[in-house]
Order: sequence, then C-alpha cells, then structure tokens
Amino acid sequence: MSTFLEAVIRGLGTGSVYALLALGFVIIYKATSVISFAQPALMLSGAVVTSYLVPAMGVVLFTGFSFFFSVAVAAIITAILALVIERLAIRPMVGKAVFVVAIITLGIDIAVRVVVNGFIGLGARPIGFPWGLDRVTILGLDVQIRHLVMMGTVTLVVSALYLFFQRSRYGLAMRAAAFDQEAAMTMGVSVGGVFALSWAIAGALAAIAGSLLATGAGVDRQLWIVALVALPAIILGGLDSLEGAVVGGLLIGVAEALVGSYQRDLAPWLGDNVALVSPYILMLAVLLVRPYGIFGTPEVRRV
Amino acid sequence: MTTTTRPGTAKVSTRVSGRPGFYRSYSQELALFNTRPKQVGVAAVVVLGLLGPFVLEDALLRTLAIAFVFAIGALGLNIVTGLAGQVSLGHAFFLGIGAYTAAAISGDPDGRTIGFGIEEMWVWLPASGLVAAAFGVAVAPLATRLRGLYLAIVTLGLVFIGEHVFREWSDLTGGAGVGRSAATPQLFGFDFSEGTEMFSREQQLYLLMFVLMLVFALGARNLARSRVGRAFSAVRDRDMAAEMMSIDLPRTKALAFGISSFYAGCAGGLLYTVSGFFDPASFNLLLSVQFIAMVLIGGAGTVGGTIAGALFVSLLPTLTRELPNFIPMISRQVTETPNVFQVEQVLYGLLIVVFLLFEPRGLYGIWVRVRTYWKSWPFSY
Repeated sequence: MSTFLEAVIRGLGTGSVYALLALGFVIIYKATSVISFAQPALMLSGAVVTSYLVPAMGVVLFTGFSFFFSVAVAAIITAILALVIERLAIRPMVGKAVFVVAIITLGIDIAVRVVVNGFIGLGARPIGFPWGLDRVTILGLDVQIRHLVMMGTVTLVVSALYLFFQRSRYGLAMRAAAFDQEAAMTMGVSVGGVFALSWAIAGALAAIAGSLLATGAGVDRQLWIVALVALPAIILGGLDSLEGAVVGGLLIGVAEALVGSYQRDLAPWLGDNVALVSPYILMLAVLLVRPYGIFGTPEVRRV
Repeated sequence: MTTTTRPGTAKVSTRVSGRPGFYRSYSQELALFNTRPKQVGVAAVVVLGLLGPFVLEDALLRTLAIAFVFAIGALGLNIVTGLAGQVSLGHAFFLGIGAYTAAAISGDPDGRTIGFGIEEMWVWLPASGLVAAAFGVAVAPLATRLRGLYLAIVTLGLVFIGEHVFREWSDLTGGAGVGRSAATPQLFGFDFSEGTEMFSREQQLYLLMFVLMLVFALGARNLARSRVGRAFSAVRDRDMAAEMMSIDLPRTKALAFGISSFYAGCAGGLLYTVSGFFDPASFNLLLSVQFIAMVLIGGAGTVGGTIAGALFVSLLPTLTRELPNFIPMISRQVTETPNVFQVEQVLYGLLIVVFLLFEPRGLYGIWVRVRTYWKSWPFSY
C-alpha cells in the first residue's frame, strides 16, 4: 500500500508540473485557437535562466529563497521572450490557417532550443535546488521534498491564475476574447493585447514548470521532451478547458508514476521506460472513447 | 476519365498553338502533363537527372541519392497533408516501420537481428510499403474522428510510442545505440550497393533512387488527378461539403493515410540502403519535422514543389558545411558554439517560419511568381 501511495504522491508532484505546462498550452489555445509547439523551448529557456541566476544570487534569507526568487525572475524573462516571439512570428499570421501557425511555432521551437542548448553545454547543469533529492517521512510515507515543493508552488500559481481570470480586468478581457473575439473587440477589448498576454502567461508558466522539473537531475538537452507530455494532458482534459488541463496533468502524472512503479513486475515484456510513453498510450485510449477529451467542448458542425 | 464527345464532333485532342491555357476537352485539362512547357520541363529535368552521375562527384551523388529517397517520403506526406489536408506529425513512425520491414525481410537469417534472407528488392520494397500502409489504415479511425490540431497531437504521440518500441525491441532493431544493417538494394541478382567496373557504388545508387523517385512522383501526380485524388482535395477544402457530395469521409481519410504511409514505408526501406546501417533513434520527431519542412518549403499540394523542397532540405547540410569559409565565427567543431550543426538546425526552424510568413506556397509559389512575371511581360499583370 505504501508503495502505491508513494507512487501517487510522486505522480501528483510531477503531474502538477504537467498541469502547469498544460495550462500554458490551453491559455494560448483559448486566446488564439493555436497549439503552440514552442512551449518546450520556452520551458527549457526558463530552466536555463534559473540555473544561471541561482548561483549568481548568493543571498540566503531563508532556505530556498534564492531558488524561488530566481524562478520568479526567470518566469518574467521567459515571458518577455514569449512576447517577442508572439510579436514577430505569430501576430503577422492572425487569420491564417491554424495548422500553418502551429507549424510556425514548431519552427520557432527548434530554432530557440538550439540557441538555448548552447548555454546548457553537453552535460546536465545543476539548477541549485536547495533540497536536491532529499526525502522526508510523512505519515510513514517516504516522499521527496521536491515533489512537495512542486505541489505547493503549482497550487499557489494556479490559485493566482484563477484569481487573475476571475477578478481582474485583464482576466475578464481574456475570457471575453476567448468566448467571442469579435464581440470582445466591439466592447473595446484589445484582442492583440490578449494574444500577447496569453503568450506571456504561457511563457512564465513554462519557465516555472521547467525550473521545477529540473530540480531532480538538473537541466539537460533532453528536458524539452517532458514539455510534450503536457500534450496528452490537454487532450485528456480537452483543448479548451482550464480545469481539464489541471485534471489531465495530474492524471497523466499519476498514471506515469504508477506505470513506473508496477510495470516492471506486472508486464516486464514491455521493456524499460514504458512510463515515458504511457501518457501517449493513455491519450490514444481516451481519444477512441471521447474524441474531445474529458472536459472539452465537442465541435459543433454547422451546415 | 471518359471524354464527353458532343454528337457530330470527333474527339478533339489537338492543341491550339500559342494558347497553352486553352483546353478543348476535359481529357486535355486533366492530362498528366497538361501544358507543353510542362512536358518539355519534365523531360529536361529527367535528362539532366540522368546526366548527373557522369558530371558530379561521388560525395554529392550520395547526398542526392538520399535526397531522392527523402523526396519519396515527402511525396507521401504531401498526399496526406498537402492533398487531403490531414496534418500528420507521425511520418517518422511510418518511415521506421518501412525501414524495419525491409531490413527484416532482406536481413541475414543467421545474424544478430531478425532476418529472412530475401534480398530481392521487388519483394522487400512493396512489402515495406504495404506493412506501413496497414499501420496507416489502422491509425485512420482516429483520424476520421479528429480534426486539425487534435490529429497533429495524436500523430505526434505515435512517433513517441514508435520510438519506444523500436528502442526496446532489440531482436528486430538491434537496440538503441547499436542499430542493425539495412536492406540490400538487390534487383534480379544485381546488387546496386556494390560498385562494378563501369559504375561506382554512388553512381548506381543515384540512378536507382532517381528512377524510383520518378516512378513514385508519377504515381503521386497521377493520383492527384484521379477520382480518389480529387476526393482528397475536396475533403481538404471543406470536409462537410465533400461529405454532401457523397464522398465517404472515413474511407477517403483512411485511403489518404494508407497511401501516404505506403510512400513513407518505401522511403524508409530505401533510405538506409545508402548508408547501410541505421539506429532506432533515427525515427524521432525531428525527422517528422524535416518532412513537414520539405513539404511546406517546397509548396504543399504540389508534386514538383515537394521534390524541390526535399532536395533543398536535404542539401541544406552540404550548404551549411560551407559557411565557415565565409563567416569565420562559425566553427566546424561540435564542442564549440556556434558550430555548423547548430546553424543547420536553426536554419530548419527559421526556414519553416520564414517561408510560412512570406511565401506560404513555398518554392513552388516563387516559381509561379517568376512564371507569371515572364508570361505577362512587359505588363505587370
């Protein structure tokens, strides 16, 4: 039982990071109806910025202060990067086929990632997470501190996002633009501003997620692949549902952790590392039953 | 396609000289090469291509042979994405299936990896295509239920699942980092990968791949004008309208995926015969993106454009290797930044972006513009 619960907690930890990444995808999708394949590059650059900032800070007010402060700064820097990308490459394509814009983000992803890789070097860069891989025992369960930190940080960020969308003027504008772009425009909402803001938020979320993911093994060139795991998460939840993104992310995280702990005993013939592809298999299975995910709105076809 | 002949008139097949855009019958308009310049142009390209081995160096011939195989794969992606409008990021997966089918059929029966020892190309080439096509048709039920970006993500998932299977199934693939030897390009006892007195290995492979590419390109061009191909375009332009014109959507999409995967499978089987060896890590997302880049840079939906795009993308590494001669800042060493390999990858990304931003119809669009300019010269339109 404790193996099961430990796996669930581990899954909820990484799953909450997936949720964060998934939220980034969904926010961009809701605003611009495009899936941004540039998220992996933004995530990687966020993690790299953090890994450079933490040692440069050196101030210790309390344990982890320099880490969390660096993550916040990295989030802002990545948000600015996302803004630049949006302005240069995405805005000129407003009104073009979504597929074309999606492929453009794919191209940006490759280009940005190569540049960022240059800052990583060949090995893994330590991210300066104060607890490393330390463990604590809570209620008899052996848990890594970093998973608890992930859950805590993500809860905080998601609550802040919720407040932003529900209570602030800009949040209202974004919801309005997502609901009906033209109507929002006639009510004085700057739709271009909404596009930019959605990219900035997605970039910041990706930076936080990247820094949290790198707490384990540091930042390396393979880290970006993890960002794509958020795609099964948003498909599970439905492309246009923020709640769905969070639930999907957590589900994927837990499923991955469970497969990771049990597959070797139950189905060894599947080979090693099945956990890494289990999100995609889960996605295919769910799509066969519900083509628009668990929370997504089915597309209405008008003649 | 039958010609509708009005009573009293004979079947008109002659062209009006000096009026290339004037068609006198449907069969003329739907002809494989419907204009005289097209006929002449294609003939010229074929002749130039066949002259290639006698004027070019072996290293370049080898690159071109690989480029021709890439063109076959890109033609396949063009059928499903350019013609039928179904976004597929999973092309690398089908390529991998073709590569392993071919390698397994042609492989050494007593070797380290699975092999059946049938080295004849006319067996393993169609087989690799058909097995990949079977997988394509199997995926199609998902494609018929999903549209646009959902489909893109699902096919992306295929690449990851395929990569995992290829890595783990080491009896077939040799395992990650080890790999296995590729299929032998042998036709009726003649092995193209072994040089003879007359031709070097590269010259033979170049000619083989060039001819095969022509065959596949002809097939793709012919498909586009057939009933099936026109159904594909109808689905791409407006699937609901197509459905109302009694085009069976599930069947059409399944067919598009099947044919596209057939091309991908054949390309996969052929691709590694040039290098002779391949690793399961080759079939990753980057390969899929390269194919998308070929189709988009070349011009989606066009055969000539796709081939041009494939050649362009495949020759890009050769071009970037020359860059350090002009810009001394760029290094040839992998360990230094910026190096040529980084420049090459950045260029893939940026070229896709730049083409989509400024010339969405790709190289083909540039050609159309040049053609229109000279057609109406000295007037601007």
